[in-house]
Amino acid sequence: MPTRKIYERPVIKKLEGNMPNKFGMRSAHEPTQSIEGHAVKDLINEFGSPLFVISEKKLRKNYRNARQAFQTRYPKVQFAWSYKTNYLDAVCNIYHQEGSWAEVVSGFEYDKAIRNGVPGSKIIFNGPDKTDSDLRKAITNNSLIHIDHLDELYMLQDIARESKMRPRVAIRVNMDTGVYPMWDRFGFNYENGQAWDALNKIMFSGLMDLVGLHTHIGTFMLSPNAYAVAASKLAHLAQSLLNKYNHEIKYIDIGGGFASKNTLKGSYLPGSDVSPSIHDFAEAIASALMNSDYRPKTPPVLVIESGRALIDDAAWLLGTVLANKRLSDGRRATILDIGVNTLFTAFWYDHLITPAQPITSYTEDTALYGPLCMNIDVVRENVNLPLLNRGDHVVVHHVGAYNMTQWLQFITLRPNVLLIDEEGGKHLIRRAESLDTITSQEIMPAHLAHFDL
Amino acid sequence: MKIKSNIAISDNGFVFNPVTGESFTANPTGLEIMNQMRRGASAPQIVETLCNMFQVEPTQAERDLQDFIEMMRQYHLLTYDEE
Amino acid sequence: MTKNRPKLTIGVTGLNAIDSPGPGVAVIRGLREAESFDCRIIGLSYESLEPGIYMHHLVDKTYQIPYPSAGTEALMQRLQYIQQKEKMDVIIPNFDAELFSFMRLSGTLRSMGINTFLPENEQFEARQKVNLYNFGKEHGISVPPAKVIYTLGEAQNIDKDFDWPLVVKGKYYDASLAYNPEQVRSAFNKISAKWGLPIIIQKFIHGSEYNVTGLGDGQGNTLAAVPMRKQYITDKGKAWGGISIADEKAIELTRHFVKASRWRGPFELELMMDKEGQYHLLEINPRMPAWIYLAVGVGQNIPEAVARLAMGWPVKPFEHYEVGKMFVRYSWDMIVDISEFETISTQGEL
Repeated sequence: MPTRKIYERPVIKKLEGNMPNKFGMRSAHEPTQSIEGHAVKDLINEFGSPLFVISEKKLRKNYRNARQAFQTRYPKVQFAWSYKTNYLDAVCNIYHQEGSWAEVVSGFEYDKAIRNGVPGSKIIFNGPDKTDSDLRKAITNNSLIHIDHLDELYMLQDIARESKMRPRVAIRVNMDTGVYPMWDRFGFNYENGQAWDALNKIMFSGLMDLVGLHTHIGTFMLSPNAYAVAASKLAHLAQSLLNKYNHEIKYIDIGGGFASKNTLKGSYLPGSDVSPSIHDFAEAIASALMNSDYRPKTPPVLVIESGRALIDDAAWLLGTVLANKRLSDGRRATILDIGVNTLFTAFWYDHLITPAQPITSYTEDTALYGPLCMNIDVVRENVNLPLLNRGDHVVVHHVGAYNMTQWLQFITLRPNVLLIDEEGGKHLIRRAESLDTITSQEIMPAHLAHFDL
Repeated sequence: MKIKSNIAISDNGFVFNPVTGESFTANPTGLEIMNQMRRGASAPQIVETLCNMFQVEPTQAERDLQDFIEMMRQYHLLTYDEE
Repeated sequence: MTKNRPKLTIGVTGLNAIDSPGPGVAVIRGLREAESFDCRIIGLSYESLEPGIYMHHLVDKTYQIPYPSAGTEALMQRLQYIQQKEKMDVIIPNFDAELFSFMRLSGTLRSMGINTFLPENEQFEARQKVNLYNFGKEHGISVPPAKVIYTLGEAQNIDKDFDWPLVVKGKYYDASLAYNPEQVRSAFNKISAKWGLPIIIQKFIHGSEYNVTGLGDGQGNTLAAVPMRKQYITDKGKAWGGISIADEKAIELTRHFVKASRWRGPFELELMMDKEGQYHLLEINPRMPAWIYLAVGVGQNIPEAVARLAMGWPVKPFEHYEVGKMFVRYSWDMIVDISEFETISTQGEL
């Protein structure tokens, strides 16, 4: 029998004006057959589908690149890993090994950082949700508490007075940096004087050590200049403190929010082209601080809480085609075992998705749906992809940030997370959930334990 | 069903309907199916040919053939009167 | 014609010479008439029905290229393939939407032997509609007051700052006149659905529209400037006929703009003259306009000069142009065999 050729699904498509043609799009579909030296097929055979894969090599490389970007431009730089971006212990510890502190926004995250062995004094406690007991714990551990609102400030004063301990605090400042939307729900406003009022209250109380100033101007920011504005406004506050109280703060925390190379929905150009590099952000922030009118004896440490930009492209989500179908109007739809439950960021990104097996230049437009029996479960409304068959594998790129924390236990269970170390070794760092994972939290009242059908 | 006799199919998969003025492109598998249909092959015969030519299982080939024919129907490339 | 002229291979985009035309075909006519070089023209098209693809007396060979939305990597791979076959010396991009990609790739292109003459990133950003008002303020050029808004709420008391009617504009394209808040609301919704946010509210200037096309050398010098008054405007707002005019004020404004921005590359200024005879700058297009052949026809071959600048060859500033020359645009139905459409559609080149 003569050797049979590789099969490709038959397709016919209509030639229409303003439709991207296959030649134009060809190069967008290089298949991703392996990740960090491991064939996608083998990884799925061994660990199941879907599967998150994280590259330790890439994580460390991104971190070192970012650290270098800031350190070459500013004398004292400290990174603090944003736990909410990805708080898998193994991931956090890679950043801690690299020298990163922890930046947490809840009692749960705080406990996780302590459990990982981060010294209390190297934990930054942000966010609007800090309970009385959270604050007591943070004060006892000498952590850095970033005050979000006046109620928190008064609560801290009460605890300090009663416990005779001095909390180390900063305030979070929100401001107009020329970008939309302005994040004015967190912290104290700069322009209307709230921030300056809060600083005065802290200084007058004499009960707390005011050690820093913090801001976090937004998320997925594409404008380095906005950070320059933010840095100079914080520097101005610092100089006002120096003038009025002869008090020097120890650090300026510029937050995070740097865009990754993902493509936001509705963006005409892809994120790989429009997102500034970490060097652009570093240049804007460092030069704004160096050129500001703040003249302390000791320059403040610059704290960076970047999450997304350090991790997004260091993780992939591997999945499998469950079925192909036609919608009522003849459009193609492809159903994957990856849905918004695992790929939460599909709500705001047009993720790059590539096939994991060799392909030809023929493509078709398809909607990509997830496995959930819910109408909202759409991975891409319309994407031009090579012809996929049931059982084929796909790779979703840039999934490191927010997916492994915002994923949903909804309808189905969450999958394995695999770390590939610098030598190519495979480590399961979070086991796939089982029925037991979920039911072990449930309690059945005795009168509901039995039924007859 | 058959492909309408006036439909022009070229060797590189370009398909032109002279009545409606619409044109289409098909990939090599699609082109093979259309050529088979032109020669009067039945659906089971086309599936068999595909399985001989390509590395594909009959169930998959059958499913894909059905989908392909459905698309041709939607594009008004088929006729039924001689059935 | 002189012998021994150098021969350049030039890639040109914007072959969509349709009713809302791209400038490519007009640019190519200028290049074909260049006195200082001969050229082979490589058309770069996005769609199979761009008329320029089929104009074989103007375009020697056409290749499809990916849309800007596919990203610079996809574009680069395609250009590498084309460059292997064609050895292009220059590329002249003619669409606003693709300029970003070509500006970004200009260094890599140069290393492949492809030269460009494009605006700097900073100039490109400053001319964006959302930034234009500030640009004008900074350089003492009158730009109609504008407000950038993100929500309809911000348009609530818009008549405090603006008189009716006012112009509601999209970030990249589209504009409509609004005479009352209801029309602002409807324009806001319609335009933002298509082009996203923000929306620009701009003061409406009563008057007549003038255009200038020109060329800056990047050092602040104006190498070419031809003002034109539109005589007939289609329902899409495109000039169907226009006339070259002797307007020192418009040329002065152009020189000032080039000097202030140190503009690099060709451009078109859209100007509005109010009842007092004062010019207001409405828009800066960072490329040649579709009517660029009028400039060629009146003695300023801007396409030729752009190619020379890209090559790093000297260009003497144009001092004169003929006043009172008109362009009258017309449509022309070419007869094309379907085999040509088939080739460009299935092979991506013709």
